[in-house]
Amino acid sequence: MNSNGKTVVIGVIGADVHAVGNKIIEHVLTSEGFNVVNVGVMSRQEDFINAAIETNADAILVSSLYGHAELDCQGFREKCNEAGLTNILLYIGGNIVVGKQDFAEVEERFKKMGFNRVYAPGVRIEEGIKDLKKDLGLV
Amino acid sequence: MIDAYLLIDFGSTYTKLTLVDVVNEAIIATAKAITTVETNIMDGFNKAYENLCAKFDTKEVRIIKKLACSSAAGGLKMITIGLVPELTVEASKRAALGAGARVLKTYSFELTNAEIQEILNAKVDIILLSGGTDGGNSKTILHNARKIAEHIKHIPIIVAGNKCCYDEIKEIFDEASVNYVFTENVMPRLNVLNVVPVREKIREIFMKNIIKSKGMDEANNYIDGILMPTPAALLKAGEILSQGTSKQNGIGDLIIVDIGGATTDVHSLADGHPTKAGINLKGLQEPFAKRTVEGDLGMRYSALALYEASGEKLIKEYIDVPDIETRCAYLHDHIDYVPQDDTDVAFDEALAKVATRLALNRHAGYLEIAYTPLGDIFNQYGKDLLETKYLIGTGGVIVHSKHPEAILKEGLYSPSEPTILKPKDPIIKIDYEYILSAMGLLAFDLPDCALNIMKRYIVEI
Ligand code: B12
Repeated sequence: MNSNGKTVVIGVIGADVHAVGNKIIEHVLTSEGFNVVNVGVMSRQEDFINAAIETNADAILVSSLYGHAELDCQGFREKCNEAGLTNILLYIGGNIVVGKQDFAEVEERFKKMGFNRVYAPGVRIEEGIKDLKKDLGLV
Repeated sequence: MIDAYLLIDFGSTYTKLTLVDVVNEAIIATAKAITTVETNIMDGFNKAYENLCAKFDTKEVRIIKKLACSSAAGGLKMITIGLVPELTVEASKRAALGAGARVLKTYSFELTNAEIQEILNAKVDIILLSGGTDGGNSKTILHNARKIAEHIKHIPIIVAGNKCCYDEIKEIFDEASVNYVFTENVMPRLNVLNVVPVREKIREIFMKNIIKSKGMDEANNYIDGILMPTPAALLKAGEILSQGTSKQNGIGDLIIVDIGGATTDVHSLADGHPTKAGINLKGLQEPFAKRTVEGDLGMRYSALALYEASGEKLIKEYIDVPDIETRCAYLHDHIDYVPQDDTDVAFDEALAKVATRLALNRHAGYLEIAYTPLGDIFNQYGKDLLETKYLIGTGGVIVHSKHPEAILKEGLYSPSEPTILKPKDPIIKIDYEYILSAMGLLAFDLPDCALNIMKRYIVEI
């Protein structure tokens, strides 16, 4: 696959060790032509942001599988702004909250925190990539 | 007639000479005298050479080559510029330290006019400009190149950043007649460290330009080359001792602790990968040959800084005298002080223990823990040195101590700080003849000879 010229930072936030999905996401994004910068599991907000600055990334895709995303993502958008990443796209997916909650509400809360797109459990990365291409003007 | 190499270290305090029989791979003699940069660097050399000649039969020895390293006249002073503090700023700092430089300060993000002024005032020898992965951020390095072009013409610049900006930087620098060279990006991809090309460029500039500006021209004419800064020679010696040559194996992973008057340097020659399963490596890649310099841990000039860094309580763990702070202040003011009595000696050893402990805490990697039902899972930052085979001591206080082992043992893993990955049970060796940096020089021409001599002379206690 030819490069599409866009750089995406991916990783699993917080003290979350679920590694399998992260590897799959790296593989799928790469085969779709993205330049993937993977900060890996157990990553702090700063790890995502620093990586995005040095690599001039277009988007950050945050994964959270263990249910603590809301805590782990507090202030993420503000830190991006602080670091000069004012227009960067922020997506989040995985199993972002614990238990059965109304997803519309969850989505609302994460959007308020500055995430551009928020995915429910079970949504595959391919869905996310469709949106990403749209948001980055690739399609 | 014995063929010999004369190896010279123009140190900040002493000019040290090591005469090596390169056929029988033996040290013929060593000698030293005070370094004389203020008058003529050769005065101190000649004095040391006189001392040396008194120790061997000059009619029996033919000196076939003279090689030198130098940390005189303030050493090789650098500042480094990057983008993010934990990434390209750290990467460029590591590259400069590995080249034996004194990194006076590092700068991140876009340089301000005040910072440019500070750099000009610092009178540095080389500036390292990095920033951005290849294809990554270009705005910052271009901004910084423009700032440099506007204000800094005379200091050599090494550019080691986002390669996609090189054409544009070339235009900016050529137009302003900046003195610069390009080399490979010091962090081409996220967390990937690429220090060797930068190290080589630093050494080239050191040999070409720096020698002249330090009033060492005359020395350079007399000897066959001032090859590198002294710390780079030490690191080179460590590399050969650890990894061996094309013909024979080295001794394996090792750490060198060099306690000086102004700084404590730690060199590790080890990849530092996790020694246990289930550990997740984080952060910027580590160089195999890593040097850290602690400017606040030293026996004389930095004794007071050590007091502040460690606190009185920590020093008290090693020596119980009432006047710790006063003593540190005295040592800071009298950098050539030689211990006069048993308490002085014990005090020096206490400081050396504190310096070793803190310097290794900072050099070694550490673990961060996450708890899961399957047990603890760890993040590792920096190098895991738990299983490092050798811990080698050098520097005046260790070489002259009656208990060098006790000093170095303070650098070992401690159950009270279980997340700091210091060596658990290394074999301790001492550079009794103080030859490490000389062997780094010799290794440039005769690596096997240097390796054999190190194996022979750097011995277990
Ligand atoms: C294997 C596993 C583990 C292993 C992980 C091993 C490892 N190092 O990878 C271990 C045993 C260590 C583990 C531990 C824990 N786990 Co677990 N674990 C699982 C399990 C069974 C499979 C995860 C997996 O690999 N899936 C396969 C991959 C391919 O899918 P994925 O990770 O979901 O990722 C895909 C999608 O989510 C999506 N995606 C992910 N990120 C993003 C981002 C965007 C933007 C988009 C669009 C899509 C997207 O695309 C990915 C690729 O297809 C799941 C249950 C399940 N079936 O999912 C529970 C599960 C994730 N774990 C869970 C929990 C609670 C834990 C623990 C807290 C304790 C516990 N009770 O087990 C600890 C937490 C440890 C820690 N600190 O992280 C819960 C999370 C509940 C929640 N969030 O509400 C789950 C859902 C099980 C459950 N039903 O209770 N776990």
